[in-house]
Amino acid sequence: MEQSNQSQPATRRIAIDPVTRVEGHGKITLLLDADNHIQEARFHIVEFRGFEKFIQGRPYWEVPFFVQRLCGICPVSHQLAAAKAVDQLVGVKQLTPSATKLRRLLHFGQILQSHALHFFHLSSPDFLFGFGSDPAQRNIAGVLEKYPEIALKGVKLRKYGQQIIQAITGKRIHGTGTVPGGMNKALSVAERDALLADITDVLQWSQQALALNEQIHTSHPEHRDFATLQTNYLGMTGENGELEFYHGGLRARYADGSPIFDQLDYCDYQQILREEVRPWSYMKFPYLHELGKEQGWYRVGPLARVNNCDRISTPLAEAARQHFRAFAQGEFVHDTLAYHWARMIEVLHCTESIHELLHDPEIIGTELMAEKGDAQQQGIGAIEAPRGTLFHDYQINEEGLVTKANLIVSTTSNNQAMNESVRSVANQYLDGHEITEALLNHLEVAVRAYDPCLSCATHALGKMPLQVELRDVEGKLVNQLTKGTDGEIYR
Amino acid sequence: MDDHTITIDGAEIPFQQGQTIMDAALAAEVYIPHLCHYPGLTPRGNCRLCSVDMGNKSVAACTTAAVAGQQISSDTPALNAARKSITQMLFIEGNHICPSCEKSGNCKLQAMGYYLGMLDEHFPQFYQRREIDASHADILLDRDRCILCDLCVRASREVDGKDVFAIAGRGMDAHLIVNSSTGKLIDSNMAASDLAANICPVGAILIKQEGYQVPIGQRIYDQNMINEVGLQEKAVKKTKQDDD
Repeated sequence: MEQSNQSQPATRRIAIDPVTRVEGHGKITLLLDADNHIQEARFHIVEFRGFEKFIQGRPYWEVPFFVQRLCGICPVSHQLAAAKAVDQLVGVKQLTPSATKLRRLLHFGQILQSHALHFFHLSSPDFLFGFGSDPAQRNIAGVLEKYPEIALKGVKLRKYGQQIIQAITGKRIHGTGTVPGGMNKALSVAERDALLADITDVLQWSQQALALNEQIHTSHPEHRDFATLQTNYLGMTGENGELEFYHGGLRARYADGSPIFDQLDYCDYQQILREEVRPWSYMKFPYLHELGKEQGWYRVGPLARVNNCDRISTPLAEAARQHFRAFAQGEFVHDTLAYHWARMIEVLHCTESIHELLHDPEIIGTELMAEKGDAQQQGIGAIEAPRGTLFHDYQINEEGLVTKANLIVSTTSNNQAMNESVRSVANQYLDGHEITEALLNHLEVAVRAYDPCLSCATHALGKMPLQVELRDVEGKLVNQLTKGTDGEIYR
Repeated sequence: MDDHTITIDGAEIPFQQGQTIMDAALAAEVYIPHLCHYPGLTPRGNCRLCSVDMGNKSVAACTTAAVAGQQISSDTPALNAARKSITQMLFIEGNHICPSCEKSGNCKLQAMGYYLGMLDEHFPQFYQRREIDASHADILLDRDRCILCDLCVRASREVDGKDVFAIAGRGMDAHLIVNSSTGKLIDSNMAASDLAANICPVGAILIKQEGYQVPIGQRIYDQNMINEVGLQEKAVKKTKQDDD
């Protein structure tokens, strides 16, 4: 960390250019009142992607592979959501059993690798070393050095998820796989057997990862109110209320667990969701229309899903879910840092589900293409991506070219919540204090809990580029701290 | 020296009367990089990738007649560097989105890039605005990816006997046009079974709804380099002589 020698701390400013190859850029601004209390905290997304625009004019069958380039961490999520929309465009309502199971296996592998990456590579340093610990050590390299067993298991967990993706799509990142109405390749017996060979170890690592996260959260009382919010929750569940990632109905609940709606067809998402645009961020602010802008914001992702579902279909994850809910005396768990715990419950569910699917004879079936029906001019796909509910909505013309696209990505749904969590942490830790690297990391810890997709940036060894500005009541810049993508702090 | 041999990179290879250097090379299983040449179609020398050195001049192997005693250099660092530059220029002139293109893995331009060790585009992108024609029920024409090789022009004219395509304009204005009353494919007599619909070396002319059906690992250039594939292409049979 580089320190300034300038004599006026209130106005000092140090800047070092970012260095690494990250794509995501976040910025936090804090507005102080006359008494130096936090009046406003904002988490800005300052990058512009524009996929909704430049997919226009492209043929619909290209869409899943075009939009998966949105992300290098969870491209499978975008491919699958788009593929579901494209299935509708070609009039396919039901895939063959083998194609459905291949897509589900692919999705479980994707969530497994993404969740493992997020906890072990990105977030574990905060918890293993402490939020305000030496930043030189607070990264995956530090974890590898001091806790090699934990780090290596995390790496292997992710690797296993990637091997599933590679077996089905041909590549670990940005493969193919889905085609309109099915899949382009069966899983061979050899590929299945290779995956089965490691599943026992993966199951064990998943249980250990869950135990570690549970232990971290339950043994740190201060984590309970860190960035914690009482919010609505939105997610997909199966028709019987079970945890469901690939296909189900939408369920929203109030913070007290009472229903807002349930089993809503995701194709009707526009009836329930609105998106607000604010001038200071490229990321929109979705809200539940019937509750309005002020009360209608919600959270998605692992915490929402594990809170929202009535049960989990696999036994070990279900036991973990019950333990999780018991932690809050059967109520919803609102602790923002419990996102990590919920995430590991999902990892365990993924592993158990992968185990089941690999033993299912239909997983190596070769009937992969459904009969196409009447072509449609609008297709809507939704899945539960690692970070939350993901909507893809495409309209095409009679020539098959996309005329309109609407994507509501998971991180967008958590936009308001991330802002609120940043404000909460700023109030709790910054109020009356000078900005330090430790504070900056506290803000990052709050954001990181949501595993936002701008963590394309965070995924560079936990060095998310971040800028904090401190302004007085008149809006004048008082202090500024920038964390570059090289991890260095600049004033 | 045999009256009917030429020498390419030190190897003496036979030729028959009327063959070009490219014809002779391919027959002798000597690969000279090319994109706009296809055995059986009238050579045009459009892409210039097959440029070879002969004495103190460079010629296009696909359009230069083989003449006994020619001493030809092809696989040289300088020529391959020039070929790489040409390939880079073909990339930057169009809008090639290999990462999501359905032709990826089956694309000659992409395969040529790999063959020549192209690691970047080197030149600034032109970002030209080009029209897509999706009017035909079975065929997509995406001019973004067109490299103006005119294989489709020749295939349609010489094999399909239809004359669907032409290159209009010159220089930077050169572009592929459709010979129909509206300029749209739907108003042409093109069919998905035509050679012109299937010979495009890039992703400019595609059969609709067939994209991505071949899994990664089973695509043409997943399994073989372009120099291996290029030596296996069988000559197409003309039904009509090019009268240009």
